[in-house]
Amino acid sequence: MQKDSFAYRVFDLYYDGFKNMRLGRVLWTVILIKLFIIFAVLKLFFFPNFLKQHAAGDEAGYVATELVERAQ
Amino acid sequence: MTNLLLNIDAGTIDWSRAQFALTAIYHWLFVPLTLGLAVIMGIAETCYYRTKKQFWKDTAKFWQKLFGVNFAMGVATGIILEFEFGTNWSNYSWFVGDIFGAPLAVEGIVAFFMESTFVAVMFFGWNKVSRGFHLASTWLTGLGATISAWWILVANAWMQCPVGCEFNPDTMRNEMVSFAEVALSPFAVSKFCHTVTSAWIIGGIFVVAVSSWYLLKKRETKMAVESIKIGALVGLVASVLAAATGHKAAQDVGEAQPMKLAAMEALYNGGTDQGLTAVAWVNPFCQPDYENLDEAPLRMAMPYALSFMATNDIHGYVPGVNDILNGYTTPDGRVEPSVDEKIERGKKAIEALAAYRQAKAEGADEATLNAQRSTLNENMPYFGYGYVKDKSELVPFIPVNFWCFRIMVGLGCVFILFFGVICLLAFKIPLISVITRRLLAAIGLLPETEADGYDITRLPAWHYWLAIALVPLAYIASESGWLVAEFGRQPWTIQDMLPTWAAVSDLHSSSVIITFLLFLVLFTTMLAVEISILLKQIQKGPDVGATLNEK
Repeated sequence: MQKDSFAYRVFDLYYDGFKNMRLGRVLWTVILIKLFIIFAVLKLFFFPNFLKQHAAGDEAGYVATELVERAQ
Repeated sequence: MTNLLLNIDAGTIDWSRAQFALTAIYHWLFVPLTLGLAVIMGIAETCYYRTKKQFWKDTAKFWQKLFGVNFAMGVATGIILEFEFGTNWSNYSWFVGDIFGAPLAVEGIVAFFMESTFVAVMFFGWNKVSRGFHLASTWLTGLGATISAWWILVANAWMQCPVGCEFNPDTMRNEMVSFAEVALSPFAVSKFCHTVTSAWIIGGIFVVAVSSWYLLKKRETKMAVESIKIGALVGLVASVLAAATGHKAAQDVGEAQPMKLAAMEALYNGGTDQGLTAVAWVNPFCQPDYENLDEAPLRMAMPYALSFMATNDIHGYVPGVNDILNGYTTPDGRVEPSVDEKIERGKKAIEALAAYRQAKAEGADEATLNAQRSTLNENMPYFGYGYVKDKSELVPFIPVNFWCFRIMVGLGCVFILFFGVICLLAFKIPLISVITRRLLAAIGLLPETEADGYDITRLPAWHYWLAIALVPLAYIASESGWLVAEFGRQPWTIQDMLPTWAAVSDLHSSSVIITFLLFLVLFTTMLAVEISILLKQIQKGPDVGATLNEK
């Protein structure tokens, strides 16, 4: 890769930037822990897609029944 | 299966609402500082670009560092709200997802992508790109964050005033018929302007407060003085704009959500020539007896101001809670039906929906289907009222709306005054600043000997502590605004379309309670970590390329 090519310069920006981070390392650690908790714990175990679980493929029918019955 | 659907656990509704409120409130602790500091760091770097002075580069980098800390802590806190839509509010998600989901998708794909691309150039690119490109990247980072806010507020505005959609009874979804109507709705525009300018206030106060702390410690003096000028000017412009856009937002609320405006004002019985309540006795802990009271006790009001705020006409008609419940006719002849009539029409819409779907399932002819669809479409504007059993369900909790509105507006006035005085003191505008300083000295707020030639770096310590104390108050004002917006919308998840008890998933409340407590722990931890890192960085001060104490 040519060192003056756009692709190399973009790579160099990120490579150098991440390599020389100080406070950034702390912040990235926090970000990664937070993202892990959000996606691998909360989403997986506590926030399932309710309709996918309960509607058996007929979301429209399920929601229609819900909305009609709740008015009674 | 049917039995499960008939009785939603009331705890599920309340805990789901509480969970959403908790996550939204925490999310809004991070976002305004991102939006506010974006302007400050842009201005600081613009000064560097124009002057080429190392001082301004160091100043810009310092505020960018604090921006980065807040950005890192806040990123992805909004995603949890989207999880809640899918789990706790599944009927809502299906019913309006086609419309509500679109701006959220655009936000993630366009705005966040833009923000995250240019933030990398901003932090990593100081010695890699030209000064002009770096400056552009800094402003584009802020613009990306602001565009993110646009799309989220478009989604929220649509909840308050649904437009650009048609209901499809076959798919059970409201389908978007006009993207432009949704994205550019007047409600969304004024909500965006008011929300973003309020975020700039927080940025301004934060910068003035941090700079004041440095002046207290007699450190980073020049950076503190110059940053106070930027923060105070941004704060003053933002405060005035927030007041102006708030006025417009109130008019939109008066038109689309009159019950919210009535609750904000504790206006039980409206009419023309309505005064704006400055203060009244509204018990913070219980719903007032609006049916039997003429007005809130001990009410002190500014004559005609509410009519003007809501209609731009001092004689304008503003309906009260009882007017909205019982129906009213405006002076220009517009008739607003009573809630009883709306409930009847709502029930017709729901019955027509049920009949249509049953007829379709049984293979009925087109004429029958069209008749049912016609009844449904005629009564669709009142669909949500079909779920209302008692009129009182339509009245939001008045005390929260009333007091939060006063906190927001009262503090907003304080900020205008505060930033105005700071600007006059800091910029030393001839004559006006002399008059201001003499006035402040006359009432004992400035030492007399300092009245003419004083130095902002040598104010009495309480001035700096006041600036620092305004930081939590700025957040309280900002959150109060959201509480007015969202509490005032109750019981609707989508105004007039779907109340909370129809929108919520049929979950057991225990699962919602568990996740509520998990969020409380997670977000409080994140907030504590952010405050700790921010304070450490502020204590450390800027990384200097040259001395920051030059005068």
